[in-house]
Amino acid sequence: MTRPRLVVARRMPRDVDARIRRDFEAWFPAGPGIGPSPLAMVGAAKEHKADAVLIATNLALSADIIAALPKSVKIVGSFGVGFDHVDVAAAKRAGLIVTNTPEVLTECTADLAFLLLLGACRRAAEYVGIMREGWRRPVSDMLGVKVSGKTLGIVGMGRIGRAVAQRARGFDMKILYTDAARLPDELEQGATFVPDLYEMLGQADIVSIHAPLMAETRKMMDAKAFAAMQEGAVFVNAARGALVDEDALLAALTSGHLFAAGLDVFASEPDYDLRFRDLPNVFLTPHTGSATVETRNAMGFRVLDNIDAVLAGDDPIDPLWR
Amino acid sequence: MTRPVLYITRRLPAAPEARARRDYEVRQNEQDVPVTAADILRNADGADAILCSPAEKLDAGTIAALPGSVKAIATFSVGFEHVDIAAAKKRGIPVGNTPDVLSVATAEIALLLMLAAARRAGEAERIVRAGQWAGWAPTQLIGTHVAGKRLGIFGMGRIGRELAKMARGLGMEVHYRNRSRLPDDLAAGAIYHEDEDSFLAASEVLSLHAPGGEGTRKWLNAERIAKLPKGVVIVNTARGTSVDDEALIAALKSGQVAAAGLDVYDGEPKLNPGYLALENVVLLPHLGSANMVTRDAMGFRALDNIDAALAGKSMPYPVA
Repeated sequence: MTRPRLVVARRMPRDVDARIRRDFEAWFPAGPGIGPSPLAMVGAAKEHKADAVLIATNLALSADIIAALPKSVKIVGSFGVGFDHVDVAAAKRAGLIVTNTPEVLTECTADLAFLLLLGACRRAAEYVGIMREGWRRPVSDMLGVKVSGKTLGIVGMGRIGRAVAQRARGFDMKILYTDAARLPDELEQGATFVPDLYEMLGQADIVSIHAPLMAETRKMMDAKAFAAMQEGAVFVNAARGALVDEDALLAALTSGHLFAAGLDVFASEPDYDLRFRDLPNVFLTPHTGSATVETRNAMGFRVLDNIDAVLAGDDPIDPLWR
Repeated sequence: MTRPVLYITRRLPAAPEARARRDYEVRQNEQDVPVTAADILRNADGADAILCSPAEKLDAGTIAALPGSVKAIATFSVGFEHVDIAAAKKRGIPVGNTPDVLSVATAEIALLLMLAAARRAGEAERIVRAGQWAGWAPTQLIGTHVAGKRLGIFGMGRIGRELAKMARGLGMEVHYRNRSRLPDDLAAGAIYHEDEDSFLAASEVLSLHAPGGEGTRKWLNAERIAKLPKGVVIVNTARGTSVDDEALIAALKSGQVAAAGLDVYDGEPKLNPGYLALENVVLLPHLGSANMVTRDAMGFRALDNIDAALAGKSMPYPVA
């Protein structure tokens, strides 16, 4: 029996790699680096006569790329939950099945968001820097902001937003959220719905954003939004960098209007705006929301489950269009 | 009427400092530099009370040499190993500390260190700041998953219990070891281990919250580390002396311990240089209490102790 043919455009965790080698006639990128460009991926799919392609959120699946893919490709499985890199309308027109990996990274990303929140409030970047220099200065004048008992505002109360709210309850925080609509009670779990974004921003001590990136949400955190936040507030972003107008955020951090920010994502990655690097009051991580062995394995397996289903003639589990 | 003289060994946060200056003739270490025993004795001459911090050693010799004017000692801390309580008792000088206010703030630091160590945030921060971020990859900077794991808490006092509550928000299962089993309402579902080996084997993340002293000196040694699950994450916000640094550094190198988050050190502010060479440690400079509200509250409690003692009453937060 011949095995299905798969182009693996991004390096996979070891256990995922093993399953791929067991089940597929697979093409892997040669050499170091993050993997092929979208055009090179198309070339590999043609040459390899691929039935399926495995990509990640940093490989843009534009209308042109979708049109250029060979007809042999029945599914593109994307490793990650966000799908702002996919032109879903073009995929639908072309009849190309594209899937993502929801649910499996919820807890992990919420942990990272809470780490950023604590790290920003408690000035972890500055303190860790002092330790690495050998702790040769007193730190008693460098006080942070206490987290427990504060008001947390969540922008976008989907799965990850709700998992962050659950963590915040362990800190006796008051939880506000804003979203397109109010959640049912069992999902809201006592959090207070504030329909207006700016009104919610004004009431929160700490704001964490968990919205998907779409045309309507692009740069939603702009100068007006940061001005609406309280003096001394803290901002956290473990969702998508393009949700934020980074010039406005830099201005708010530099002026002292915001006390600090915790950022895992940037408008441009990995060549992020280096002005962030020069600020002491930011806690920075390189897009590691889902970076644990368990979660990255679960994400990889979820992509493969989707590919297996489609190549067996079944419906995909996590299609981006129906 | 002349105000009593208060010697404050270090700078305090603004609010308690203002209260101290309102109520006392304050002698203070304006430059906030480390203080020797000789400095303490010189400044204490003629002072009615001393407000000290854990950075100063008030050992038996220093206390015996204190001038007769000193009628109270308050430390700006929960711990009081730096004050020889027996010697103070012999002189009839009451000593007070600042309990409670620290619990939540210290538990916050413990949870921060747990997440930061597990998720390799120290390393991640350095990569990003150095401009060495080569691009996102599914295999980059993979850390240890924390949500849903078993957390072992060594010492289930106030801080340990606050951490347990926070950890439940991450869906963690809490195990603990303590001198005695807690009543159900305080344990809140946490699993007590009478047996140390079963406790160590259960701890996928281990956080230390036991008091210092000889009983826990180098408690976390090579033998106990070997009994923890491979890939464990270690957190210490309690006492640096509870850890055998050489053993922990060896285990961090071998991979037996995946990562460690430390806020306290044996011999601090000096720390074992072996830690500085490791990527899989997140180090903080003893800041369990470093947030504004908590530090203010500690300052007020220290002043409450002194106010009471100088008014001839018992201290509200005595240590002995």
